[in-house]
Amino acid sequence: MSTPTHVAPSHVISAGADLFADAVAAQAVDVTRVDWRPPMPGTDADLAAVAADPLRRDANERALAAMLGVTATLVDVAPAYDVLGLEAGQFLHAGPPIEWARASGPLRGALMGGAALEGLVDDPEDAVALFESGTSVQLEPCHHRGTVGPMAGVVTPSMWMLVLEDPKTGKRTHCSLNEGLGKVLRYGAYSPEVLTRLRWMRDVLGPTLQGAVRSVRDSTGPVDVTGILTQMLQMGDEAHNRNRAGTLMLLRDLAPAMVAGRAEREDVADVLRFIGGNDHFFLNAAMPACKLALDAARGIEGSSMVVAMARNGTDFGIQVAGTGDEWFTGPAQVAEGLYLGDYGPDDANPDIGDSAITETAGIGGFAMATAPAIVRLVGGSVPDALATTRRMHEITLGENPRWSVPVLEFQGVPSGIDVTRVCRTGILPQINTGMAGRVAGTGQVGAGLVTPPAEIFPKALGRLAELSRTRSTL
Amino acid sequence: MTQPLVHVELRPGAYADSVTLLQVSRAVQGLDGVLAAQVAMATGLNVEVLTEMGFAVPAEATTNDLVVALRLADAGALDEALAGVERALKDANRRDDGPTEIAPPRTTASALRRAPEGLTLVSVPGASALVEAMDALDAGRDVMIFSDNVPLDQELALKRTAAARGLLVMGPDCGTAVVGGLGLGFANTVSPGPVGIVAASGTGCQQLLALLDHAGVGVTSALGVGGRDLSADVRGLSTREALRRLDEDPAVELIVLVSKPPAEDVADEIRAYAAGLGTPVQLALLGAGQPDLTAAAESVLERLGRDVPSWPVCGTAEPATGGRLLRGLFVGGTLCDEAMLIATDALGPVRSNIPFSPDLALDSSLTADAHTMVDFGDDALTAGRAHPMIDPTLRLEHLARVAADDTTAVVLMDVVLGHGSEPDPAAALATAIADVRQPVVIAVVGTDGDPQGLERQVRALVSAGAEVHLSNAGATRRAIELLDQTKDGSR
Repeated sequence: MSTPTHVAPSHVISAGADLFADAVAAQAVDVTRVDWRPPMPGTDADLAAVAADPLRRDANERALAAMLGVTATLVDVAPAYDVLGLEAGQFLHAGPPIEWARASGPLRGALMGGAALEGLVDDPEDAVALFESGTSVQLEPCHHRGTVGPMAGVVTPSMWMLVLEDPKTGKRTHCSLNEGLGKVLRYGAYSPEVLTRLRWMRDVLGPTLQGAVRSVRDSTGPVDVTGILTQMLQMGDEAHNRNRAGTLMLLRDLAPAMVAGRAEREDVADVLRFIGGNDHFFLNAAMPACKLALDAARGIEGSSMVVAMARNGTDFGIQVAGTGDEWFTGPAQVAEGLYLGDYGPDDANPDIGDSAITETAGIGGFAMATAPAIVRLVGGSVPDALATTRRMHEITLGENPRWSVPVLEFQGVPSGIDVTRVCRTGILPQINTGMAGRVAGTGQVGAGLVTPPAEIFPKALGRLAELSRTRSTL
Repeated sequence: MTQPLVHVELRPGAYADSVTLLQVSRAVQGLDGVLAAQVAMATGLNVEVLTEMGFAVPAEATTNDLVVALRLADAGALDEALAGVERALKDANRRDDGPTEIAPPRTTASALRRAPEGLTLVSVPGASALVEAMDALDAGRDVMIFSDNVPLDQELALKRTAAARGLLVMGPDCGTAVVGGLGLGFANTVSPGPVGIVAASGTGCQQLLALLDHAGVGVTSALGVGGRDLSADVRGLSTREALRRLDEDPAVELIVLVSKPPAEDVADEIRAYAAGLGTPVQLALLGAGQPDLTAAAESVLERLGRDVPSWPVCGTAEPATGGRLLRGLFVGGTLCDEAMLIATDALGPVRSNIPFSPDLALDSSLTADAHTMVDFGDDALTAGRAHPMIDPTLRLEHLARVAADDTTAVVLMDVVLGHGSEPDPAAALATAIADVRQPVVIAVVGTDGDPQGLERQVRALVSAGAEVHLSNAGATRRAIELLDQTKDGSR
């Protein structure tokens, strides 16, 4: 409803010349001044085309509502060959598609370790020849198989996967089990201890979890991962670089079933110790929960909402609701942050992992305000954390009523990254991330903050504009 | 030769989170004499990292112990390094003020999310105007677009969207609006009253506001629609909505529609639409053979049964002694148009940057050996610079050139007061015209309530030798009269 024009407006929004805002203020009417700045170079015409697209407003409303309407529940844990149909020689990886020749150190390291885990080679080093020839192996993005993988995101057939399901639609997403920090496969490490741990995860952790998850599912109903996310966001976790509360809540929900299950007491104790000692265990449930929500917004014609941000260590790619499965890519950036031990910026690989799906869904860096403990990763302050979350509201379509930030008066997290608003403001999504070593086999070297390469947003915008122009001339 | 020193120390019960400790480690690493440093809780992962760095962590270390591990260039650096650890631990817990103010919204959409009520005023560069204005329409709000240089297809997209949603788009290129008494853009301060205005012309609207105000007749709302709204392309999309809004206002007794003459079929459509409203609509269409704005104001007064006052004139210009040409320098496009219509009738063709026909166009010098009238507010002259009602520089430069030209007999100008216009336009202009030897006639369009003070502005200009009219048509006729006297004198 419009305001009647014979009554003076109670409030004026002014975008542009300050003197007109001043003139309104001089007439004793409140003014909100937009801090308008020119959009990203060369985007004027595409921005206008997309803004004028008659489908856009409703498409974005539908995309946001679809995302916010999803509940993710943990319904199963099972090997990838089983739930994804992954066959020997098939490898999933994080980020947009990439071939071995362009793969970064940590992705190569993880693939080499994965090949050894699957028994394709005895020594991970021997896998280099295997991948160089490429005849018996296939690489495919996790995202193309309803899956997300943190860091290198390598999934092999024998790895056990968390299976998340939206009870309303029955749609599912998947993620492997989290190995912990330090020398781990997802950071590109493949030493014997890494493979030993992965084998234990395959032989003990996976089956034990499967028993517990199925038992909980069949008795009290599956664990509500979205619900845990709601709670952990009020407990200092942003669900990307900090998952401490989430991990413990998941453990709380599964532990009784594990103890009551058929697994050996020693194995149960090991599993409980492993999960309890790995603050990031829940990340691998948070990520597919975010993907499940965002997948619901895919394929909505005219929508400029980002449905995936993912990196493979070389390229950073995004996918958008209104542009189908197309990836818009640019060079992955090196995070700014703090380094473990003797490591420094020269040791860090560019940004890697599907975990930016959390930011895409409005948590992680977008919910920085709720996790002030980790703002110091870049030497920031608590006010910086609040400012970051507020800034992300400038590039998002709305708020998530379930996932709220107490310190911001329970405002919902900024949700639904809008390609047009990124191009208009030049504000890039803020991503919290771990840093992998540049050299294959190194493992984690630090953690910090990173943004996507700016140019991928004008690329996506250009495609949206092109599609819109095509529709309007039909 | 000094010996490197390795120092590993356990501090049971000391705790800091891992991020703080990463920061502490980094600070200590930067100290003189420190080759490597790691301050961390003795978790499995950290012990592994420390071991790899060559530090031997005592076996009794538990995850609740803080490890301080230093490799120093020599033993002498130890005290300073340990002091550095303490300092860094303390600093890590300092309060940092950081940004505490909430940053302003960066888009209109974001502003509307914070303040969902009210009207949006867009004055960003034309290439970005649609995007901001569409935010307002998406939020279900009316919008005024001051910006010019907005492509026609974008104007259509905005107005079609607004029409489908029952919203009003004022503009693009809408200089003036009064909404329920609130002046937006360049708007004069007027009292509420029985007249509602729909204007496809900003300064035309302002002239009407000023004349009606002088006659004691108020205007509650004057809704701008942009100069192209009644074109054959846009076909009055905003005009209809503005008429509908004013018709809904029980206080409006008469609606005045101010525009250049639209295409005949568009005019018919608008007349038909207006005929369906409960409030009478008077068309004030500026064009050859049509009444000027002052005449339109007079007929509004007559229709309302009010007396028509004599329009004020202050000062008296002395006829010039030389020259033969009339030079008009305007900030208001419609005022320029109106003056050209009157002058063309009396003097024949007038050259202009907004000419009546292409053969009368001025080149970029804006000068010609002919009667000329320049609209300094035209899109082509405002691209990349402020409107002449805000920044008078361009017109003042041109005034000096015109005055130095021996062929110039009379100078005709406008000064438009109101919100948004420069705070004291007479100040610079009075100084400039004091040096002009030709007679200067100025139409000052404003009201007593305007922030610049109508009387003060008029007085300053009269003191500088100008003759000042409230009616632009009156000023133009007087300038023509002075020109005739000049010609007579030179004969």
